[in-house]
Formats: sequence, structure tokens, C-alpha cells
Amino acid sequence: MLTALIALPALTAAVLALVPADNRAALRTVAMAGALATFAVSLVVLVRFVPQAGFQMRESAPWIPQWGIGYRLGIDGVSLFLVVLTAFVMPLIILAAWEQTTRVKGFFASLLALEATLIGVFVALDLLLFYLFFEIMLVPMYALIGIWGGANRRYAAIKFFLYTLVGGFLMLVAILYLYFQPGGGTFAYEPLLDVARNLGRTEQTLLFLCFFAAFAIKVPLFPVHTWLPDAHTEAPTAGSVILAAVMLKIGGYGFLRFSLPMFPDATSRLAPIILALGVIGVLYGALVAMMQRDIKKLVAYSSVAHLGFVVIGVFALHPTGASGSVVQMVNHGLSTGALFLLIGFLYDRTHSRLIADYSGLMRAVPVFGGLFLFTVMSSVALPGLNGFVGEFPILLGSYQTAPWAAVLAAFGVIFAAIYLLWAYQRMFHGPVEGRSVGLADLNVREIAVMVPLVLLMLGIGLYPKPIYDRVNPSVDAIVGQARAGADLPDIAAVGEGDE
Amino acid sequence: MSPVVLAAAEAAPFHDVLAAPAGSPASLAWLIPVVPALSAGFLLLFGRRLGAVAAWIAVAAMAVSAGLATWVFAFLQSQPDEGRVFVHTVATWLEAGDLRVDWEVLVDPLSTAMMLLVTWVGLLIHVYSVGYMHGDERYERFFAYLNLFAASMLVLVLGSSFLTLFVGWELVGLCSYLLIGFWFERRDYATAAKKAFVVNRIGDVGFLIAMFVIFGAFGSLTFADVLSEPAGMIGAGTAAAICLLLFVGAAGKSAQIPLYVWLPDAMAGPTPVSALIHAATMVTAGVYLLARTSPLWATVPEIGLIVAYVGAITALVAAIIACAQNDIKKILAYSTVSQLGYMFIGVGVGDQVAGVFHLLTHGFFKALLFLAAGSVMHALANRTNVWEMGGLLRVMPVTAITSAVGVLAISGVPFLSGFFSKEEILVSALDTPGAFPIWLIGGLAAGLTAFYMTRWFVLVFLGAPRWAQIEPALHPHESPVTMTLPLVVLAAASAFGGLLNPNPDGPLHHWLEPSVLRFAGDEAFIDHTLAAGIIIAAGLLGIAFAAFAYTRRWTQPAPAIGLSGAAQRAFWVDTFYEWSVMRPGLFIARAFEAFDRRGIDGLVNSLGRGTTGLGSVTRRLQTGFVRSYALAVLVGAVLVTAMLLGTGLVR
Amino acid sequence: MVVPAGYYLLLAAGLFTIGLVGLMVRRSIIVMFMCVELMLNSVNLTLVAFSRIHGQLDGQVLSFFVMAVAAAEVTVGLALIVNLFRLKASTDADAIDRLRS
Repeated sequence: MLTALIALPALTAAVLALVPADNRAALRTVAMAGALATFAVSLVVLVRFVPQAGFQMRESAPWIPQWGIGYRLGIDGVSLFLVVLTAFVMPLIILAAWEQTTRVKGFFASLLALEATLIGVFVALDLLLFYLFFEIMLVPMYALIGIWGGANRRYAAIKFFLYTLVGGFLMLVAILYLYFQPGGGTFAYEPLLDVARNLGRTEQTLLFLCFFAAFAIKVPLFPVHTWLPDAHTEAPTAGSVILAAVMLKIGGYGFLRFSLPMFPDATSRLAPIILALGVIGVLYGALVAMMQRDIKKLVAYSSVAHLGFVVIGVFALHPTGASGSVVQMVNHGLSTGALFLLIGFLYDRTHSRLIADYSGLMRAVPVFGGLFLFTVMSSVALPGLNGFVGEFPILLGSYQTAPWAAVLAAFGVIFAAIYLLWAYQRMFHGPVEGRSVGLADLNVREIAVMVPLVLLMLGIGLYPKPIYDRVNPSVDAIVGQARAGADLPDIAAVGEGDE
Repeated sequence: MSPVVLAAAEAAPFHDVLAAPAGSPASLAWLIPVVPALSAGFLLLFGRRLGAVAAWIAVAAMAVSAGLATWVFAFLQSQPDEGRVFVHTVATWLEAGDLRVDWEVLVDPLSTAMMLLVTWVGLLIHVYSVGYMHGDERYERFFAYLNLFAASMLVLVLGSSFLTLFVGWELVGLCSYLLIGFWFERRDYATAAKKAFVVNRIGDVGFLIAMFVIFGAFGSLTFADVLSEPAGMIGAGTAAAICLLLFVGAAGKSAQIPLYVWLPDAMAGPTPVSALIHAATMVTAGVYLLARTSPLWATVPEIGLIVAYVGAITALVAAIIACAQNDIKKILAYSTVSQLGYMFIGVGVGDQVAGVFHLLTHGFFKALLFLAAGSVMHALANRTNVWEMGGLLRVMPVTAITSAVGVLAISGVPFLSGFFSKEEILVSALDTPGAFPIWLIGGLAAGLTAFYMTRWFVLVFLGAPRWAQIEPALHPHESPVTMTLPLVVLAAASAFGGLLNPNPDGPLHHWLEPSVLRFAGDEAFIDHTLAAGIIIAAGLLGIAFAAFAYTRRWTQPAPAIGLSGAAQRAFWVDTFYEWSVMRPGLFIARAFEAFDRRGIDGLVNSLGRGTTGLGSVTRRLQTGFVRSYALAVLVGAVLVTAMLLGTGLVR
Repeated sequence: MVVPAGYYLLLAAGLFTIGLVGLMVRRSIIVMFMCVELMLNSVNLTLVAFSRIHGQLDGQVLSFFVMAVAAAEVTVGLALIVNLFRLKASTDADAIDRLRS
């Protein structure tokens, strides 16, 4: 089942290589079919998923048994929705890029290859396999930014590549170190978990920092965030969307999957510093976003702020906050992905991302304006929409263990309103001027891209229970383990022992 | 603790929370917000094809809501006094870790009273808007937003936990944003909308943090868990922190010092919006919140006193500013701020019934006054300067007479609704130890209220028709019946609303008893009759003075000097905020942005440049000549062989 | 008559030196290529000679590997040379310096 999730997009990418490069219709149909098939499989996974802790739908096959490397897959509440999200946004991205004209073949092939590696990262239960997916992913993404990107694409692509590579190598060193410990000799997740937990304090801390470097860069956490605005801005719409929607989530996912369970002691001792970085991310990202002239850059910095919340939720070591973080990752994927899609639609028409180039869009293109406002509201965490049901538990949970972080981060809520609404006002309100004149409103295809996103944003906002039901057990277990490992008192969850 | 508090604590709210019987109106109360919400969604999606029908769909949705609310009210009345607090769970909403929040409605006397106000006044304003907004190019959108607002406000009122209340709280903020910026083509209107949203958000952060503290202390966010017996569960410090934080939230939403600055600007919205959202309902949400949480406040009455003082100062300052304003709606806006101050005095000193009573009567007469102002603007082609009006009594008698009722009611003329509610608030302030200065300030503000409202009425409806000189082509006429009918109904409510609670022990008091906990003192500082006489005298004096001055003496706008000039400019508060908050904030943001670009990214880039530089040095070795590479290989091989032989590793 | 093993080694060393010097001094890419072949074969000769001296087969096996690799190298190498000639119309190795910016 999980193999199919990886193989389908990978195979589709291979099939695309066989289609003649000038047959645009065939290329996009094949790509769409592959993405839809993957999405269908992910839905089956979602339905079959049993809401309980631990890994499910495990698959295991020896790969290089001499070195203890196996093809080991599994899924739990933390990865489930990230996988589904990946499979969900891909058809939308392909639909949004339906009219792509330059190097169509390579474009769609890169996208699908990217999807395969992203899903691979989330379901791999072998550290080497995880590392492989983690690094291979860079290649299609590098291509997407470097080939189909904007004016400054080379700089952005190389910056993105180098940043992630540095973190990745540090992680590889840590993985190999674990492998060569007594009790190691395998790259399987669970045995290495025990190995890591039995290490001395100094070793734990150093290894934690190695893993942390890889994930902090992905998140991205202040001060290693500067690759993100450039990558986001220069990437084509599809690249920005997938970057925001899925790729950044690897950071938060990695924290929950590796940092907390493997190094509970180091986690709890370094948590205050990381929380501080998260808070700085929230406030700093928001303030810097306020000053951006390029709407795409603004949204990129808003990602820094939003994912700061995720980091806070994880490292507050409170089950409510951590569950909120997982949901927030999904939500951020939806709302920021939607924002990038919308900006992409606008860019397709005018080829400008400068806020100052627009005025009165709400009047000029009301459907676009309405959808944009809806998405903005989701992004500023308006209750009733999805952003809130992630952010609120994060803050509430964090307050119980780290009040100062929650209180400071709560001010990020004000800043989010300021920078997004200010930008919205400058672009959408006022008389119709500049490039807004004579714009065409969204067409049916573009609306079709947005409708599923809007429905999900509203649906999750009103009824997030199905998601939380599946996320909670896994997160409770992870946080419980981490707290136990760090000798912190347990926090009981409601509902336990009820029925 | 005074004996009064103890006595009241026995009948504390939320001691008997019943599950709503299946099929009873209380169990269907969740439909009350859902109906307008669905209508709003429908109108947003398909409204454009419907044209004028859209408005009537919205009105119908409100009518259904109002009917349901009344049905619920009748049901509650049929229940015994002590069994009038019902909850009904629709679904679990959020469950994460130890947090659990349900979509649950709370039907009790307080929420029902609010519900009735929101639905009925809302219905009237919907009807009014059918006429007022006629011909606007975004007609159907307006009604969609109004419906959405009504739905949000009802969520706020019906929520059974702090979090569900907060949902409504934020959603009304959104609607307020959408409606203030309804004519967003004007940049200043759009700015006003954003300002309202942001200032509200500042308050909301207080509310958010309050919820964190509450959850930390009680492990729950539902009213039933938190409010049934708060004194036994938390210390005074925690209670004080919660109450202060809640007040920050309330001050944002209900436009109290220091967060009132958004409300006068909010008049950029269409007038029905000002009437519904920025006078009758949304801005009173803060008062509702404080009344709802009265058991918490009862544990720390000193904090309540702080609230009362803030309310009193707000009432006075806003009243002074209102005296010098020249915009027909801004006068009313500052008046709203001032009247909200009164409500906070009420809930602050611990007489929630009086606070809520004033909330209701103010809902009637302020909605009436705003709608009347809208009617005037409608007739005068959207002029708003009161000095360009005058003499409209003969032209639009219905508007003028209903306005007169509103003016007299707000001025506290005996036996009209405002008289009773204001009087009860001030009496409670008089009876509470340490609150006598509040009574004095409140009395002064009452006189000023009478003065500026009379001034408003005189300048608009009496005297010479100044508009005729400015624009002779103008032919004002009375508004259509969809607009005058709500005026008449609201005028009746403003006149007779006092009957709800003609004395502090009146019907409203008994009705609200299961919901709120009174903790005001009961030792009269001076005789009540004397006190009432003073307040009435202040009001009448204000009316008489304004009526005399603005018909005989001051027939020209006052020069902008001295106190009047300062008040005209609202004491430069906006300028103060601009220089103390906005500009430093922007400066910091700009500094951070530069730091990000030059500092962090500069470091990264110079790292990159360093590496490239090193590369450009070493690449000189790569000449591109194959044969020189071969030579290098040979030299290398010879050297290695020599080393191996030399070190004796290979014999 | 048995030729002593040392002669084979001497011959191999001679061939290798010829190949090496040729690679160094000639500019024609074809000749350089042939020189490389010469060096490879000289190594083959050494391998077989040592194999014979030690009475083991390893060296001969390895020389087959070298031949196989050399054959592959010839195919790829000649293809490259043909392409380079098309591009530059010259077989001068020093003329091929496109990577040097």
C-alpha cells in the first residue's frame, strides 16, 4: 500500500519520459492521472488507518542486508495527514500548471518525482532510506527552481540546495554514529531509537544538534531561514506550493519522529532555547513580512512565522500543543499553498509580484478577491477556519508548560493580522489602478483548483475532530515517551479511561 | 467578603446545568445562528443572479432566527425559575491532548435576552437596509455580510464555552471588517476597516491569554466548569489575572479606553452597519462577556472596580469629544463609546443586571438614532456635516419625531428607557464602597450626554435649512416605509423599554438571576432619591442649555481652539498612537528587515563568496591541457613510489 | 628455449615508457589515445609475466579484465574523439579547453 504511494508517482515520472516532449496534452494527462491515482491510494490509506498509536501498514524487505539497510515503511498519526496532504495538493498543482508551456515534460516529471520522494520521507522507517529520500528530493526541487524559476532563480536554487545539504550531511553523520554504536548495526528505526536513548548526555546532545540542524533548516527556524524567501519567490508557482505545503513540514515531522523520541533528555534541556527561537521566528518573521514589497516574499516570511508556532507546539512537550502542531502543519499547507496558487494566477496574468503594482483588485476581479480574502483569513487563524484549530491548541498547550513562549507567540496573532491585511488592503482595496486595470477574473479551471482547498479550510475549521482523532494517539505516545525519557511528569489526556 | 456576596453565592449561576430535552426549543437553538449563516453562504455564492430578491432572502433568514429565538424564550419562561440553564451539544469540535471543546449551545436567560436583542433589532435593520442600500452595486453582498454578522453574533451569544464564544467574537470582528470596508474603493474606508480589525485583535490577544490561564487553572474552558464555583478552585491572584485579561479583550471589542480608537473610524461603513454592529450588538459583546463571567469577578471585586473606573473615564472623555464633533455619525459613535462606558460601570461594580439592562435599552435607542441619521443622510445625498443640515423636522417628520424619542431616551428623561437603565447603574455605583467618584463622573457624563444629543437634534432637525443654501438643487423627502417602519418600532421600544426593569428588582432582574451573580454593594452613600434627582436635573439642564444655545447663540460652527478644538480633534489620541506605537513599530520592522537582508543573508552570502573565491584560486591548477594532467599524474606516481620505497613500506 | 621472465618485464617497462612519453609529448589526440592503449597492454604483459613467475592464474584473469575494460574504453574514447573532431575540426588535445572559462 505505502509502496504504491511511492511507486505510482515515480512510475508516472518514468512514463512521462517516454511520452514525446511536444505532446503537451498527453504529458499533462498522464501526469494528472498519476497524481490522481496516488491521491486515490492515499485516500484508501486514510480510510484503512486505525486511530491508535504506533505504526501501521508496515512493509519490510531486506535491501542491503550486509549493512543492515532495509526497505522499511510504516505510517502513523503524525505522518498520515502529511502523506495525504502531499497526494492531495499534487493534482491541484498539476491542474494549476495545466497551461505550462516551457519544457512541459521535465516539469511534470520533476513534480511527480518530487512527490514520490516526499511521500517516501514521511513513510520511511529506515534511517538510511529516510536520508536517501531526504536528499534525492533536492534534485527535482533544485530543477524546478533552477529551470522554471524567476529572474534570480540560479541564486535561489543553489542557496536552497546548499542549505539543505549542509543539514542533511550533519544528519547523515549522526545516523552513521548511531549505526556504529553497540546495539546498532542496523538502520531500522526502532532499534536505533533504543540505541540513541541509552547514550550518554553529551553524545545525546551532540547527536540531537546534528539532527536538529537538518530539520531546523527545513522548518525553517530563525536564523537559518533566509533560503526560504528566495526559494519561494523564485520558484514557479508549483514549486512554491509544494515547498510551502509539504517540504517545510519535513522539519516539524522530523522533530516529532526523531528528535523527541530519540533524544528526550537533550530535547527537554534544549527546549527553552528552541522555544525562544520559535518565538523569535513568530515575531521576527511577522515583522519582516510587514516590510516586504513582493507579495510572494511576504507570504514566505509568513511561513517562517507560522512554522514558528509548529516548533513551539512540538518543543513545549505538551500533547495538546504537539497535536496542534501536526494539524497546524496540514493547515499551513492548505492556506499557504492556496495563497501561492492565487498569487500564481495573478502572476500568470500580469507578471508582477510587487504589491505596489496593484490596487482595487477586489473590484476588478471579485472572485479572485473573495478567495484571496478567505485564504488570508484562514492564514490569520480566524476561528471557524482551519488555521485556528491548529494554532489555538498549540498556544493553549504551550502555555501549560512554557507560559512565556505562549504569551509572546500570542502577539504574533496581532502581527499576522497587520501584515496580511495591510498587504490585502494595498492590493485589493482602493480604486482600480495600475496593473489591476482590465484583468480577467479566475476561469473555471482556476476556480476548480481553489474549490477543494476552500472546502477543506472551512471543513477542518468547523469539524477537525476526524483529524485530531487520528493524530492524538500517536502524538500522545511520542510526547509521553519524550516526557518519560526526560523524567518530566506525565500529562493525562482527556477521554482516556472514559469509555 | 460582604454578606451580600455570600447570600448571592448560594444561588450562583451554573449550579444546575441541564441537558436540553430532546426536541425542545432549547435543543434546537443551534439553528438560530445556522439559518442566517446558511443564507449568508447562499447569497455569497449565488446572490449576484438574484438581484433584489437577495435582500428578502436575508430578511427571511433573520425572521426565522427571530422566531426561533422567541420560541426559545417562551420555552424558558415555561420552565421553573431555577431550571432555566440548558446546554445542548451538537458535536465535538476540538479534542487534542487534554483539551476538549464541543460545539455546544448554552440556552439560559442571559443568552436568550441577548439573542432576542440581536435577532429582533437585527431583523429591523435588515428591513431598513432593503430601502437604504437600494441601488448599491454590491447590494446582495451587503445582505450576505449582514446575515453572516447576525450568525456570528449569535454564535458568540450562544456559545457554552469561552472558546465557542471566542469563535463568535472573532467572526463578528471579521464581519465588522468586511462591512466597515464595504465601500473599499475609498482608501480611508479600507484603512478604517483594517484599523478596526487590528485594534480588536489586540484585545483578542488578551482574551486568548485569559483562556490559557483559565485552562491552566480549571482544566476546562466551558462556562459550566469554570463558573459554577470559581472561588474554591483558584487563588485571588489567578482570578485577578483572568479578569484583567478578559477586560483587555472586552475593552477591544467594546471600544473602551485605551482601545476605543477604532470605533469612530468605523463609521465609514454603511449606516445600518453602524446601527447594528457598532451600536446595538457587536460592541456590547464585551459587556456580555463580563456579565457572563460574573462569578469570576465576584471573587475579585477590586478588579471590577478598576473596570468601573475605566468605564467611567471612557464615558466622560467620549462625551466631551462628542460635544465638539460635527459629523452626524461621529457624534453618535462617540456617544456609543460613552454609553458603553456606562455599561462597564454597571458590570464593573457588580450590578450585571443594570449593565445588561442598559445594553438592551441602548440597543434600542442607539440603533434608532443611527437609523435616523441614515435616513437623514439618505435624504441629503450622503451629507454628514451637521452644520449643513437643519430644519428637517418639516421635511421628514417621522424621522424627526422618532429621533426626538431616541434623544430624550438617551438623555435620561424620566420614564423613557434610558432613564431607568442609567439610573440603576449609577445607583449601584453609589452603593458600592469606593465607587462614589464613579457616580460623580457618571452624573457629569449624563449631563454632557443630554447636551450633545440635544445639540445633534437641534442642528439636524431644527433651525434654518442650511442645506438649501449649500445645494439648492437638493429636495429632501421622507424615507420609504421599509426605513421608517423600523424607526417607529425602535422608537416605541426606546420609549417603553424601561418597563423591562422599572426598578432594580424588576422583571429583568428576576429573569437574569439564574445567569449572573450580583456583587455590588448595598450601602447608600447618599440618599437614592436625592441622587436620582441630581442625575435627572443634570440631564434636563443639558437639554435646556443645548436647546437654548444652539437655537439662539451658537449658530455657527465653533472655532477649533481651546477645549472645544481639542475635543474636536479627539484629544489627538490617534496622533499619539501614531507616534508612540505605529511609527516605532514600523521602524522596528524596517530595522529587522534590513537585518534580515544585510545581516543574516549578508553573512550567508559572504560565506558563499568566500568559497567561490577559494575556488577561483585553486582552479588555476586546472589548465585544461590533457597532457599537463598526464604529467601531473606521472610526477605524482613517481613521488608516491619514491615515498613507498623510501619509508620501506615496500621493499 | 625459455625466455627468462626478466626480459618480459623489461619489454613491458619499455613499452610503458614509450606510451608515457608519447602521451606527454604528442598533441594529436589519436596518438595519445594509442599511447594509452600501449601502456595498458604493457601492464597486461607484466601481469601475465608475473602470473607465470608465481605460477598463479590471478594475473592472467586480471589481464582479461583489463582487455575488456580497454575494449570498452576504445569504444567510448573513439566516439568521443569523433565527436570532438566534428566540433573542433582538429585532433589537437590542447585545443579542447571548453571547461576553462
